[in-house]
Amino acid sequence: MSGILLLEQSLNGLQFGLMLFLLAAGLTLVFGIMDMINLAHGSLYMIGAYFMASFVQATGSFWLALPLALAATALVGAALEITLLRKLYERDHLTQVLATFAIILIANELVRIIWGSQSLMLNAPAGLTGPVTLPGGVQYASYRLAIIGVGAAVAVALYLLVTRTKVGMLVRAGASNREMAIAMGVNIRRLFTIVFALGAALCALAGAMLGPILAVQVGMGENILILAFVVIVIGGIGSIRGAFVGALLVGLVDTMGRALLPIGFAQVFSPQAASNLGPSLSSILIYVLMAAVLFFRPQGLFPARG
Amino acid sequence: MNKVLTRVLIIGIAIAFPLAMHALDQQFYTSFATRILIYAMAAASLNLVLGYGGMVSFGHAAFFGAGAYLVGILAAEGITSLWIAWPMAVAVAALAALVIGAISLRTRGVYFIMITLAFAQMIYYIFVSLKAYGGDDGLSLASRSTGLGVSLANDFVWYYLVLVLLMIVLYLLHRLLRSRFGRVIEAIRENETRATAIGYPVYRYKLLCFVISGAIAGLAGALIANQTSYVGPALLHWVQSGTLMVMVILGGVGRFWGGPVGAGVLLALEELFSGSPLLGPYSLHWQLPVGVILLAVVLFAPQGISGAFSKKPQ
Repeated sequence: MSGILLLEQSLNGLQFGLMLFLLAAGLTLVFGIMDMINLAHGSLYMIGAYFMASFVQATGSFWLALPLALAATALVGAALEITLLRKLYERDHLTQVLATFAIILIANELVRIIWGSQSLMLNAPAGLTGPVTLPGGVQYASYRLAIIGVGAAVAVALYLLVTRTKVGMLVRAGASNREMAIAMGVNIRRLFTIVFALGAALCALAGAMLGPILAVQVGMGENILILAFVVIVIGGIGSIRGAFVGALLVGLVDTMGRALLPIGFAQVFSPQAASNLGPSLSSILIYVLMAAVLFFRPQGLFPARG
Repeated sequence: MNKVLTRVLIIGIAIAFPLAMHALDQQFYTSFATRILIYAMAAASLNLVLGYGGMVSFGHAAFFGAGAYLVGILAAEGITSLWIAWPMAVAVAALAALVIGAISLRTRGVYFIMITLAFAQMIYYIFVSLKAYGGDDGLSLASRSTGLGVSLANDFVWYYLVLVLLMIVLYLLHRLLRSRFGRVIEAIRENETRATAIGYPVYRYKLLCFVISGAIAGLAGALIANQTSYVGPALLHWVQSGTLMVMVILGGVGRFWGGPVGAGVLLALEELFSGSPLLGPYSLHWQLPVGVILLAVVLFAPQGISGAFSKKPQ
């Protein structure tokens, strides 16, 4: 086992974890404050990536398109909240599952109608296409480093927003005790819309940044949605800090498992069996992690409700 | 009286359906109806835990898929007798439900939803990793199960066999829900603390309910493997769990006919919008109208379809 591989895979895991955090942050707040299961969160991620692809084509610039895609997705999110999801807060979780499942179907088809069924290609911004040499002589893709940078910056900004601002205080109040927050005169309806739009923008950011690495296609939201749910359950529903720790854990475990398990198995089994078992067992690993966390800490690592 | 009449009517239609389709030379719809019957069984099994037991299992595809895979794997090993394969499918699904339920039932609420999902995903990846049995590509069955003396390849015979099995399952579920066990399960759903205080072993009741439900889902899985002569990881995917859940919610949570009605309506809508000339070039986008209809049900029929047509409040 070489140190270079280990470093490279840790960086990949960090990068994946930070993007998961962008998705999970919005999801955990919607879930924690509004007590709402939103399966359509992954659809916002998909829509964000598609907006990004369109805006890059229209403007010709990655960095110009990014804020446009974020703003557009935030608008879609706010519109969705005001017209539809608002009616679902008082309903039980099952109804929310059915309604947001329906939104997934509708969103997928609308995207197919507007952008077609072919997956779109999104290029990394000019100047970030090649590898860079890290201290120690490791070659690493500069775009992935940029993702880590953006993810870390957003995480810090979110932390400051939640812990240092008035809106953040209201968000925390809503997550830990909604009824009390309402009783204290918080305009919870407006807060919900703001949180939802913010969550949508974070989804779009993740979709836009991951676009050049993964394909932009219909259904891209469904698989990552489940991972985002795993993250928020591990971290504790409603907790931004929990989402952060959970996202990094899941990102690292998933990436490291994929890279290291086949090598480990190769010591024990035949190479073919190892290459078969490795990927699927590392996929299982994060669910084992989640089941274990829930078994020992049923409220997640950082419960938001005291 | 009215109720009896409705039942006789439904059973009559179910029996006459393939004959009518045969007369109209539309045998495709016999096979389609068989699919509905199988999903009706799977959805009814989910409704037992979800509607009556109040346990929101988001991993029911695990038992459905495990039953299907068992039939597929046994067939690949040369065992096609339904007397061996089907009971084993039921037993394996029940065993999986016992293990998953025993751990998951220690959590509640949203965490229960997520932990059942986690276990289902583990089983999904386990079957994907079984390269000897198709892995990602799934497994084709050479033929339907044998052992009844008649060939199940005949879609007529197959339809009636599935219909009889569904009737038996629904009858047993009906009896179960009206038994002492069923009442206790509903009492636990309504107020778990009170049921505990009265002295019922709540955990054991819930676990038994979960295992029965898993076993029925396993049988439905064994049937779906025979229906399509194919088993693949898609049967175990979380979207499959979600679809079963949507069927139950659409039909009516905790209503006896909720599962079957939801399965029938959802599959019929899919068929209507995906295969019909009604939408012209837009029939490719069948998910759009299905999604809109699901949303409409949520907003305008909160009790599901069977709730909307029933005067009895839940």
